Amino acid sequence: MAIDVESKICGSRESRVGSITAYAGTLSNVKEQLDTHGCVGEQKRCFSQAAGCASGCALAMMSEINDIAIVHHGPSGCASIAAIKPALDLLANAIGRDRSHFAYTCTDMTEADTVFGSTDKLREVVLETYRRYKPQAIFIGASCVSGIIGEDLEGVIDELKEEIDIPVGVIHCEGFKSKIWASGFDATYHAVLKYIVKPPKRKTNKVNIIGFTAGMAWNTREDIIKILDVLDLEPTFLLAASTVEELEHLSEATASITTCSTLSSYLGIGLETAYGVPFIRSLQPHGIIGYEDLFSKLAKLVNKEAELEAYLQEEREIYLPQIEKVKEKLIGKRAMVAMGPNLGANIARVLQEFGVIVEHLTAWHFDSQYDDGTRPQALQYLLDNSPNDINYSVNHLQNFEFMNILIRVKPDIFLSRHPDSAIWSMKIGIPGYCVYDEYNVFGYKGTLRFGKTILDLITNRSFTENLSKHVRLPYTDWWLKQQPHAFLEKA
Amino acid sequence: MSEILDEPRYVCALGGAQSVQAIYRAVPIFHSGPGCAARVSGSSSGTGYLATNTFPCTNIAETEVIFGGEGKLYDIIENSLKVIDGDLFVVLSGCTTEIVGDDLEQVVGDFKDADKPVISVNTPGFKGTNYEGHEWVVDAIINQYLTRLPKGEKIKGLVNIWGPVPSHDPYWIGDLRELENLIREIGLTPNIIFGEHRGIKNLNKVPLAEFNLLVSPWVGLNNVKLLEEKFGTPYLHYPTLPSGAHETSAFLRSVAQFAKIDLAPIEEIIALHEEEYYYHLERNVSVFFENRTASKMFSTVSTASRALSVAKFLVNDFGLMPNKQYITENVPVEHQDRIAGYFKEFRYGVEAETIFTTDGYNIQEQIEKEYYFGPPLIVGSIFEKKIAKKLNGNFLCVSSPFQQKVVLHSSYVGYHGGLKFLEDLFTGVYQTYN
Repeated sequence: MAIDVESKICGSRESRVGSITAYAGTLSNVKEQLDTHGCVGEQKRCFSQAAGCASGCALAMMSEINDIAIVHHGPSGCASIAAIKPALDLLANAIGRDRSHFAYTCTDMTEADTVFGSTDKLREVVLETYRRYKPQAIFIGASCVSGIIGEDLEGVIDELKEEIDIPVGVIHCEGFKSKIWASGFDATYHAVLKYIVKPPKRKTNKVNIIGFTAGMAWNTREDIIKILDVLDLEPTFLLAASTVEELEHLSEATASITTCSTLSSYLGIGLETAYGVPFIRSLQPHGIIGYEDLFSKLAKLVNKEAELEAYLQEEREIYLPQIEKVKEKLIGKRAMVAMGPNLGANIARVLQEFGVIVEHLTAWHFDSQYDDGTRPQALQYLLDNSPNDINYSVNHLQNFEFMNILIRVKPDIFLSRHPDSAIWSMKIGIPGYCVYDEYNVFGYKGTLRFGKTILDLITNRSFTENLSKHVRLPYTDWWLKQQPHAFLEKA
Repeated sequence: MSEILDEPRYVCALGGAQSVQAIYRAVPIFHSGPGCAARVSGSSSGTGYLATNTFPCTNIAETEVIFGGEGKLYDIIENSLKVIDGDLFVVLSGCTTEIVGDDLEQVVGDFKDADKPVISVNTPGFKGTNYEGHEWVVDAIINQYLTRLPKGEKIKGLVNIWGPVPSHDPYWIGDLRELENLIREIGLTPNIIFGEHRGIKNLNKVPLAEFNLLVSPWVGLNNVKLLEEKFGTPYLHYPTLPSGAHETSAFLRSVAQFAKIDLAPIEEIIALHEEEYYYHLERNVSVFFENRTASKMFSTVSTASRALSVAKFLVNDFGLMPNKQYITENVPVEHQDRIAGYFKEFRYGVEAETIFTTDGYNIQEQIEKEYYFGPPLIVGSIFEKKIAKKLNGNFLCVSSPFQQKVVLHSSYVGYHGGLKFLEDLFTGVYQTYN
C-alpha cells in the first residue's frame, strides 16, 4: 500500500484505500464496520446530482504554484479552471510574490482530435506555452477525452525532454477514473513528488504546511509564523503561492503538518515514505483540542514542549474566558454538518467543545484509512469521544439527500464547506454557515471567532427568514416525504 | 499550428446547459462526467431555483465508459421526474458519453409519454463552444417541444426577444430586462423565455409571436430561422445590442418600422428619453472631458455581441476612436466576414479592424504593439486588466471571465445602460491619478 513516487499514476482513492461515496448509518455503525472489516461498505445511488471531478481539484490546486504552467489537454470547457488565475494573482500579490510566469493553456480539442488523436498539437502547445511564459515546470493535465482515446501523454513528455530544460510532467486527473474528487489532490501531489521534489541535501527548520490558502484570511498567516517561531521553526505554505524552488526542497523539512488530512495525506505520507520527513499524525488545528494536539506533537518532535506551553498559556489567558462566555449561550443548540470527511469530523468536534449537539454529520466522501493504513485521526476521535451516536452519512454532494435530512432534523444551524452548499439551508429558513477558510477555527482565536459567528447567525436570522419566505425548493413533495436515503441500495 | 487556447473566455458546448437553467423550472440533466456541470457553469449564474449541485447528472465513471451509460441515463431521467419539481427536462450529453456512443434520442424516446416533457440535445464539448451550445439547446426546444404544442392563434404585438446568452454574459439578465422595457415602451408585448418566473408560460407563447427580434450579431440566428420555418414567424435581425442614446433611438426606430408602428408617438418617447439622458451628460461633461487620464482610443476584447455594443456606443455616442477589436468567443467562420462588416459602419466613415482569436497572449501582445495616442481604454474580461495596467490605460471588465465586480441586475443596454457604462468607466478613471 506504500506510496511509490516513481509510478506513472497514483490511482484513485477507491482503488488504493477503499474510499466510498454513498452510505447511511450512525457513528456506531461506522465504528463497528471499521473494527470488523477495516472499511465501510459502499452503497449505490440510482439517482444522482452533479458532484465534482478529480481534474477540478487537481488542476485548481496545481494552479496555486506561482511559476508553473498547465497545459490542459482537453476541450475548452475543462479549461474553465483557468479563470482561477486572477484570484491567485491577488493572493500572490498580497504576500509580494510574482506570478508572471504562471500560465494555463488548453489544446481546445475538436471532434477531429478525438478521432485522430492530437499529441502533435499538444506538443506544439506545450512548446508555445514554454516560449511565452518561461515557467519553472510544465504539467500536462489529462482530461476524460485524452484518457478515453488513449493519448500517450508520457510519450509526449519523453520527446519534449530534448527541447525543454525544465521538468515536464503529467497529471493524471481524468474525470471518469475516480468518483472521488479528492483523488485529484492525490494526482497533483503525486506529480509534485514525481517531477519536482528532489532528495534532501540537508535538514532545515521548515515545516511543510499542507493546506488550501496560505493563511491569508484574518491574517492567520502571522499567527502561524508566530507559533512556529516559538518552536524555532518556519512555515512553507503549500501549495498556495508556492514556487518550484520551494517544492524542490520539501524533502528537507523538519516535519509536515496539515489543516486537512483529506487534502494532504498523499503528500504528507509520500514525503515521509520517500524522504523520511515526519508527517504529524494529529487532529487538525481546529478548536482548542485540535490546536493543542497538533502543536504539542510538533513541539515534542523538536523538544520544545516547555516553550510551547508558555506560549499557549499566554493565549489561553486572553481567549479561554471569552470562549467560555460564548459556550454558555451555545450549549444545547443543534447542528448539522456537511463537509469533506476530515474537516467535517474536526468541525463536529469543535461544535461539541461548545456544547452544541451534532445531530447529523455527512461527508462528501469517506476514507476508512489513508495510504499508510492509519485511520483518520479526527474520525477516530469522534468514534471514541462523541457524547451522542451521531447519524452519519456519506453524501457525494447530493443536495436532494441533505436537504431532505435538513428538513427532518431542523437544526439551529447548518455548517458546510463547498461552493453552493451552506446557502441551501437558508432557503428553508435555517441559518447556514459556510466554513470556507481552512483557518476559520484555527487556534484559540479562531475558536472564539467560530463560536461567536454561530451565535450571531442563530441570533440575527433576518436574511435567512426573509429569503426563505420568497423561494421554494426544486424538489417534489413526493421526494420530501421519502426517507433521505431512499435511493441508496447495496452495491 | 492550430490556435492555442490561452486564457479561455468561453467554455464548451455543454455550457448550453446555462440556457436551460435560465428558463425558470427547466431542468438540465447532464449525461456527462461528474465535474462537467461545475466546469461549464457561468461566471454569474451561481445558485438559483436550481444550481450546479442540484442538476441531475449521471456522473459517468469508468464502468459506464467501458459498458456504456444508457441504462444509467434511463434511471436518472426516471428518478429526476420523481424528485425534481420542474416543467421541462433537457438531457445534455458530454464528451464522454458521445465518444462511448450512448444513444441519447433512444433513451429519451422512452419518456415521450412522461407527465413532463423530456427532450435531448447533443452537446459534446469537443464539438463547439457554449455559444453554439446555446443555439443547439434552443433548436432542440423548438424541434422537440414547441412543434408538439397544440397550434394556436398568433397574438398581435407579441415579440419574442433573443440575443443575450445566459449566464456566461454577466449582464445577460439586466440586458434582457432592459430590452423588454424598450419593446414595451413602443407599444409591443415582449416575450422572453429566460430569467425570473417567465419559464414554460413564456416558452409556450413563442410560436404565437407576431415576430422574432434577434439582438445579436450571430448567436441565435439559426434559432430565429428555425422558428420562421416551423411557425412562419418573420424575424428582425438587429445585430447591435443598443447602448446609449444614439444606438437606442436607432434601435427603437428600426423595431417600430419593422412592426409597422406609427413613428410619431415613438419620436415623442425618444425625445423624452434623450432629454433625460443629455441632462446627465451635460451635468457631467467636465468629468468626461476635463481630466488627465481618460483614454481617447479603445480596444474591446470580448464576444462579438458585447464588442459591437460597446464599440458602437463609444464611437457613435461618446466620440472615441476605435483601435483593433478582438472577438474572442471562437465565432464560427461563416459569420466572421459579416461581423467584421458591422465594425465598418460607424458614423463619419469611422471603421475598426476586427480580429477573431482565442489566444489571449497574442491579443495582449498586439495591444502592446499598437499606439493609442495616449492611454488606451481596454474593455474586456478580467484577463485584460493586467495589460491595461501595464500600459497605464483605462480598463472596464464587461465579459467572462469576470470577477471584477458583482452584477445583480444592472445593464449596459438602453438609455440608462449607456449612463451606467459611463459611471463604471469613469469610476475606473477616477481610481487613477487625475
